Amino acid sequence: MTTPPTLEVRNLRTHFFTRAGVVKAVDDVSFTVDRGKVLGLVGESGSGKSVTGFSIIGLVDPPGRIVEGQILFQGRDLTKLSEEEMRDLRGNRIAMIFQDPMMTLNPVLRIDTQMIETVLAHQKVSREEARQRARDALGQVGIPSPDERLKAYPHQFSGGMRQRVAIAIALLHKPDLIIADEPTTALDVTIQGQILAEAQKLCAESGTALIWITHDLSVVAGLADDIAVMYAGKVVEEGPVAEVLDAPLHPYTLGLIGSVPSRNRRGEPLRQIPGMTPSLLNLPAGCAFRSRCPRAEPRCAEPPPMAEYRPGRFARCIHPHLEEVAAA
Amino acid sequence: MTVFLLRRLLQAIGVVFAMSVLVFIGVYAIGDPVEILISPDADQIERERAIEALGLNLPLWRQYLVFLGNALQGDLGRSFVFNEPALQLILQRMPATLELAFGAMFIAILLGLPLGLYAGLRPNSIGSKVIMAGSILGFSLPTFWVGLMLIMVFAVQLGWLPSTGRGETVEVLGMRWSFLTWNGLQHLLMPAFNLALFKISLVIRLTRAGVRETVLMDYVKFARAKGLSPSRVTFVHVFKNILIPVVTVVGLELGSTIAFSVVTESVFAWPGMGKLIIDSINVLDRPVIVAYLMMIVLMFITINLIVDVTYSVLDPRVRLESKA
Repeated sequence: MTTPPTLEVRNLRTHFFTRAGVVKAVDDVSFTVDRGKVLGLVGESGSGKSVTGFSIIGLVDPPGRIVEGQILFQGRDLTKLSEEEMRDLRGNRIAMIFQDPMMTLNPVLRIDTQMIETVLAHQKVSREEARQRARDALGQVGIPSPDERLKAYPHQFSGGMRQRVAIAIALLHKPDLIIADEPTTALDVTIQGQILAEAQKLCAESGTALIWITHDLSVVAGLADDIAVMYAGKVVEEGPVAEVLDAPLHPYTLGLIGSVPSRNRRGEPLRQIPGMTPSLLNLPAGCAFRSRCPRAEPRCAEPPPMAEYRPGRFARCIHPHLEEVAAA
Repeated sequence: MTVFLLRRLLQAIGVVFAMSVLVFIGVYAIGDPVEILISPDADQIERERAIEALGLNLPLWRQYLVFLGNALQGDLGRSFVFNEPALQLILQRMPATLELAFGAMFIAILLGLPLGLYAGLRPNSIGSKVIMAGSILGFSLPTFWVGLMLIMVFAVQLGWLPSTGRGETVEVLGMRWSFLTWNGLQHLLMPAFNLALFKISLVIRLTRAGVRETVLMDYVKFARAKGLSPSRVTFVHVFKNILIPVVTVVGLELGSTIAFSVVTESVFAWPGMGKLIIDSINVLDRPVIVAYLMMIVLMFITINLIVDVTYSVLDPRVRLESKA
């Protein structure tokens, strides 16, 4: 028997039942992340990538709720677990890193308090041992003189340092899966580079699976093994990162890649995707990208199925770019 | 910290000085005590003598300088009515008011924090709607009416609690306190609750607003993502953050409760400072009014200082370092 992948999400639907109507933030999303692999979850704001992350860790707040689908974590369906069992996994086997490091640490509690409580939430060890663990974790993410820094408050750290602390907290229990929700968006490029390198090293060394949520294709290009592109609550394209970026199948992916400024196209105007993301409250029937798609045709009013166009390359489009296209 | 305290001390002296001028002029403006204090039958000579004895013949600025000179030596003047040092009069009444005010604050925090926390965590439950509606009543019902109703129900109809006075007192540190005897505590309960009603509502609303705001913060979600128990998230991560506004308001309210508990003291015939100041205003007993207001100024300054120091304990970002 083969071991199941670290995470397998099947047909996940997370909807928000608001007064204005049902917001289908995540609508039929499936993907798999294997041990030690990095999945880049890419999309514009509002495409449902963060909600996907929160669904996995079980922190979707009302009025949102998972209405359908399975989240198989090492073979266990997380949607079937009780709140107690979920809490056991959170911060322990599955950890999450948030976008804004200035906001993720509680401003009125010392770093040691916030780290030790995480250790003690999942393991019966002495306070002294928990502190030891916290210190080691700080050292591991490259924070100098961790002993002193433990006694500091979050506001005494820079943004990059705070994100390192948040990462150290995520690493305390050597989780099997880390969900990183745009963790480098708020940081300088140099700090971003350092953090990406650490993340890569970690996955390779400890076999941790990583979901890296971002809107920045250049981050994913260097870090991820696989990529899943989300648009309006759906995964529109999925595949190995190099192949997807070199030869995107879905017109949306192509548009995204074209929107990244590049040295090769100096002087030319940036290719933009016309229009904006549709409101999730009333999505057009069929392909949600239809209204912005240069290849749209009447057939697109039917919901396109996810299809494998090349080995390991999936796209949700009826007329993908199968010909050679110059992406960048 | 020392620099901070020193700076605050200098500011305090300035405030006290400015207040003394304002109070003195204000009290001078509200009327001439001579008309009330001296019997209408007195002849011209007796009148002149009395006015001179009270120092009321001097121009305002001379009266002020005399007051200032005496005040610097710890003498805030003698009551025209009781012919006793004004300060002593006030200090005699102070324990009654203090225990009433602290009792009220204690009740307000004891009831307000948990109710506000509940209302903030479950904003849509029936319980929290009842709490919020109740807090509107607490805000809007006039204190004197609630006081009278409490007396009607608990003293007259049910006969559970005494309606007036302080009951038995015990002398500690040279002052008489009610809250140390069972009988005194029974006397204290109703007026303290009456005085607390408004503050309970205030604390509930502040706490609820704070909780509603804090639970949306990323750090609360992150705390949950760490796998902490809901009680740890609520009572450590949320609670410590909402305490900052609550401490500010409770601190300031404590001052105003001590200073202006007049209505409750009158309704329950509680022999505190509030009743003294009302009586003194009625007979234009200037030294008592001035001394009382000066005491209140000092008290507010002290409370503000305590609030600031508490702040720095609660919120590391406002640590009072000597960064000038």
